[in-house]
Amino acid sequence: MASTIVIPIEWYLWLSATLFSLGVLGVLFRRNAIVILMSVELMLNAVNLLLAAFSSYHADPNGQVFVFFIMAVAAAEVAVGLAILIMIYRNTKTTDVDFLNKLKW
Amino acid sequence: MKAILVLSGLGIIALLAELFRFRRVLFPLVLLGLLGAVAAALSYFWFDEGKEWNDTYVKGMLVFDTFSILSSSVIIITGLLWLMMSQSYFKEESSKTDHYALFLFSMAGAVTLTCYNNMTMLFLGIEMLSIPLYVMAGSKKDSLASNEAALKYFLLGAFSTGFLLFGITLIYGATKSFDLPTISTYVTDHAGEIPGLFHAGIVMLLVGLLFKISAAPFHFWAPDVYQGSPTSVTAFMSTVVKTAAVAGFARLFAYPGFMADAAFWGPILAVCVVLTIMVGNVFAAVQNNVKRLLAYSSISHAGFLLLAILSNAPGSVIYYTAAYSLASLAAFAVLGIIMQHSGDDAMERFNGLGKRSPLLAFTLTLALLSMAGIPPTAGFFGKYYVFMQAFASGHAWLVLAGIIGSLIGVYYYFRIIIAMYFKDVPAGAEGSPAANDLQQLVLFITSLGILVLGIMPDLLLNLFK
Repeated sequence: MASTIVIPIEWYLWLSATLFSLGVLGVLFRRNAIVILMSVELMLNAVNLLLAAFSSYHADPNGQVFVFFIMAVAAAEVAVGLAILIMIYRNTKTTDVDFLNKLKW
Repeated sequence: MKAILVLSGLGIIALLAELFRFRRVLFPLVLLGLLGAVAAALSYFWFDEGKEWNDTYVKGMLVFDTFSILSSSVIIITGLLWLMMSQSYFKEESSKTDHYALFLFSMAGAVTLTCYNNMTMLFLGIEMLSIPLYVMAGSKKDSLASNEAALKYFLLGAFSTGFLLFGITLIYGATKSFDLPTISTYVTDHAGEIPGLFHAGIVMLLVGLLFKISAAPFHFWAPDVYQGSPTSVTAFMSTVVKTAAVAGFARLFAYPGFMADAAFWGPILAVCVVLTIMVGNVFAAVQNNVKRLLAYSSISHAGFLLLAILSNAPGSVIYYTAAYSLASLAAFAVLGIIMQHSGDDAMERFNGLGKRSPLLAFTLTLALLSMAGIPPTAGFFGKYYVFMQAFASGHAWLVLAGIIGSLIGVYYYFRIIIAMYFKDVPAGAEGSPAANDLQQLVLFITSLGILVLGIMPDLLLNLFK
């Protein structure tokens, strides 16, 4: 007799919220632009996980379709972001965001 | 819908221009196409006059009502004028077609933001608007300031998208839908027992959208990005992008369900209104760099627009964005000409402009008067209607903050006007910067627009009834 254990939806919510917060903290405190980009990806993937969980919980496929939209758009965004990073690396030989101080007040 | 199709189609044609070598005719082609898009957007008014518009497309994901028709017309006309005034941006032969394509795809996203009826389209619209802009902000590849602007804009744009998406997801979790009318019905049906999940979603959504329209306390990226980007791109950001983001914001919070929940998000937005108006105006007053001054002034205008959204006055949102876009286009056109002439954007460069180039000085004065809200310009009625409606919906304190903010605004706008007319021409800065033919046409149209809208505001407002 295999009994199915259903993971409550709240657990997914807390897991996603934790991952999302880790992403936010990464964006705020890391200084390397590539790590910041990874943290943004972590935020988006936390959203994807939660969307898939809600989609299954509500028995509604719309949420999973939305996940594909997010994936496609995030891929486009990362392509642009890495291109910007390469442009900056060519000019400054660094990917550290501390050089972003030319424009102040 | 036709406008979105025309814009995206033009973008693809612009990309093909590289392949099939018709780069030279691209400008007239895009110009004609944009005129076609304006006609397509406005055709509703001629063909179905007096009808209640509510055309839905793509299974109800896009809805064209009066609000979206009017705000998409404002966006496309602004884009058209922007294209005419920023020929210097499209000069570089090697990346000309890319620049056209980026501009057009961004415009398609802007129009999508005025007519979405589903969270999916809100997300796609914002991304279509933003992703080309990240590239445009960094299009001066060898300038460190432009690089920095692009990276800052990209990182904070992606960051705010994360918040927006988390908000959408939480609202989906609470209401089981991305469809805005369904969400709206859910909220009105469950009045008084709305789950915390929904409210958490609203807060996240607000954070994401406030980032996009550069409202305080999420405005810190805007001055840097505006200053670092090429001046033409800054003009695009402060007109088309601002209008689109504000229209998207206004559209979402004008849904009856969201409006019914105003007791929850109203106070949060009210704090943002006061902060935005104050921060924008106070920091603008201490700037000596005109481009940065205009960036802070653009933040303060976002505050007035938020006030209009808070008072549920979509008509004044459109009127204000139209007035602001016209004034902003004229101001940035003149700033661009001055920067090309003198190579920098310090306030001193405007000294004695009234004697050197009377026409430019006059247009800039008109634009600044409109931004400051002095009659008989369009900006006056923009502020007047926003304040009236805010007062009518019980936000007297916010009106007071708005009036104080406008008074500070008068101070720094007049600093530029005084520099132009009452300061001596500095040694070594003689010579009169002049606009080329297309720029003169744009300056003429924007000045005319500012005056006509200022004298006959009903022209635009009556369309909204």
